[in-house]
Amino acid sequence: MSAPTSEAIVAITAEAAAPGLAAGLLRRLRSDPLGLLGLCLVLLVVFCALTAPWIEPYNPFKIRVPERFHAPSLVHIFGTDDLGRDVFSRVIAGSQIALGVSVSSIATALFLGLILGLCAGYGPRWLDNLLLLIFDSLYSFPTVMLGLTVVTLFGPSLETLMSVVITIQTPGYARLIRTATLATKNSEYILAIRALGSSSGRVLMIHILPNIIGPILIIASMDIPSVITLEAGLTYLGMGIPPPAASWGRILQEGFDSIRDAPWIVIAGGIPLIFTTLGFTFLGESLRDLLDPKLRRVV
Amino acid sequence: MLTYTLQRIALSILICLTSMGLLFAALHAIPGDPASIMLGSRATPEMRQRLNHELGLDKPILVQFVTQVGNIAQGDFGTDIFSKRSVGTEIMESLPKTLALIGAGLGWAVLIAIPLGCYSALKRGTWIDRLTGILSVGTISIPSFVVAIYALLLFSVQLGLFPVIGAGDDGDIRDQLWHLVLPSFAVGLGWVGYLARIVRASMLEVMNENHIRTARAFGLPEGKIVLHYALRIAILPTVTLLGLAIGGLLSSAVFAENIFSRPGIGKLIVDAADVRNYPVVQGAVLSTVALFAFAMPISDLLVAWLDPRVRANF
Repeated sequence: MSAPTSEAIVAITAEAAAPGLAAGLLRRLRSDPLGLLGLCLVLLVVFCALTAPWIEPYNPFKIRVPERFHAPSLVHIFGTDDLGRDVFSRVIAGSQIALGVSVSSIATALFLGLILGLCAGYGPRWLDNLLLLIFDSLYSFPTVMLGLTVVTLFGPSLETLMSVVITIQTPGYARLIRTATLATKNSEYILAIRALGSSSGRVLMIHILPNIIGPILIIASMDIPSVITLEAGLTYLGMGIPPPAASWGRILQEGFDSIRDAPWIVIAGGIPLIFTTLGFTFLGESLRDLLDPKLRRVV
Repeated sequence: MLTYTLQRIALSILICLTSMGLLFAALHAIPGDPASIMLGSRATPEMRQRLNHELGLDKPILVQFVTQVGNIAQGDFGTDIFSKRSVGTEIMESLPKTLALIGAGLGWAVLIAIPLGCYSALKRGTWIDRLTGILSVGTISIPSFVVAIYALLLFSVQLGLFPVIGAGDDGDIRDQLWHLVLPSFAVGLGWVGYLARIVRASMLEVMNENHIRTARAFGLPEGKIVLHYALRIAILPTVTLLGLAIGGLLSSAVFAENIFSRPGIGKLIVDAADVRNYPVVQGAVLSTVALFAFAMPISDLLVAWLDPRVRANF
């Protein structure tokens, strides 16, 4: 969906590589309450993920059958689930899975996309066309369907889930990087370096890459909410991370079975998902405006 | 126009073929024997051999692929490993239900988003415009399955207003519509934001155009200008977007169908994936890929049909 616009953004910013990106970011956030709210939510989730073992009030995996289905109270803020586990502690533990899976698989996808995109943008024409066709085909799979196919073949596990995310994310990044490479490839300074006799590898790594990496990192960070959604969604369907991991999707799935008698479990499983996706999206919107002044005028 | 259409259709066919190739490659990329994975570890060698033979996995790879493409082109998606029914029949049974769900979801989105986007463009800069902006971003990012679960919890379980499971009795249209309300709302809500933003942006653009100024100079009432001359143009970009939306809507439909236990493609795939019934998964996934690949040229044609200016450019 956002691919065409983000491609344009990268192409624009790649030409005028902004050195003051970080400074402008902070300045912009100060005048944008929604972006600031997003930043706060994101920091909250990151904080939970980093300090989870210390701030969890109970062990999220400890089963206490006599305490099953306790409604929310001061002892258990979000209540307990069907096995008597503290739901609040599980929600906090879930932040580790959500961020861990999304950040690590996006980073891998970015790395693969970088290689493929540079090959497509800088390599021969036939390679470009072939890669584009494969990217477009992978793009045509509805994300969840692609995930379910891979899970059918390889069985549900953390590794399968991560390879699904990588397969889904890589074509998008490769396309972005290809466009940016094409945009920079014929600029005068690149032509000058090539005339001086630099090898393709040197041109790509030392001269093209640094110019396109900044905006691409920001766009990749905007994908975090959709990857978290996919992880939780597939786990909800029983096709993601197997139990006993406390993924937010798992909390929702377990809570769904007792939605009549213990609705607090699904409520507690959904809230962190809503907060996290909203936080990243609000922050991302703010960053996008920063990257694309043309867009700021319209929206 | 005709060349362009043919080119787009050729691209769609190419994408479907490549997807088949990717699915085919994936089946052969798994370590070990596909049959032993589908049948589980307790299967005897004879059972595995028989399944391998039924799936055609004992033939040379290239022969397998060509046979498969040929079969699928004739509408033969293979056989369900467990029920032994034709996968094509199973898809044809569930596809209409999923399409109804997606269509109703889009209906919700259009019904809410177009007035919202239009209104906030007219009231640009007011608090209601800003609120719409926040809501648009919000609805885009909230996962559809959380919306579906919360909607089920609130309206079905707590308030008892809507049915919890199923798609309603066959033949009873009212009952079916009643069962459609909540799932389609969950599917469509995410698109409210997108559509409202697009309508708002294109409305702002159209309202500054010459023909609107002319209409004002003629003294036409503002309501007629907005509805008749501006909105009709401003909703065109949403039609293009709808083609792209199919992919996301199909993904949301998977969750909505499973949460509300509605029969449909999404339920079919998840149930099949659960028991690793690969022919069903493959057939159902391919049919959604084809749906997506052909939705784009169709939405392009729809825009050309709706907008004489686009037609003139071909």
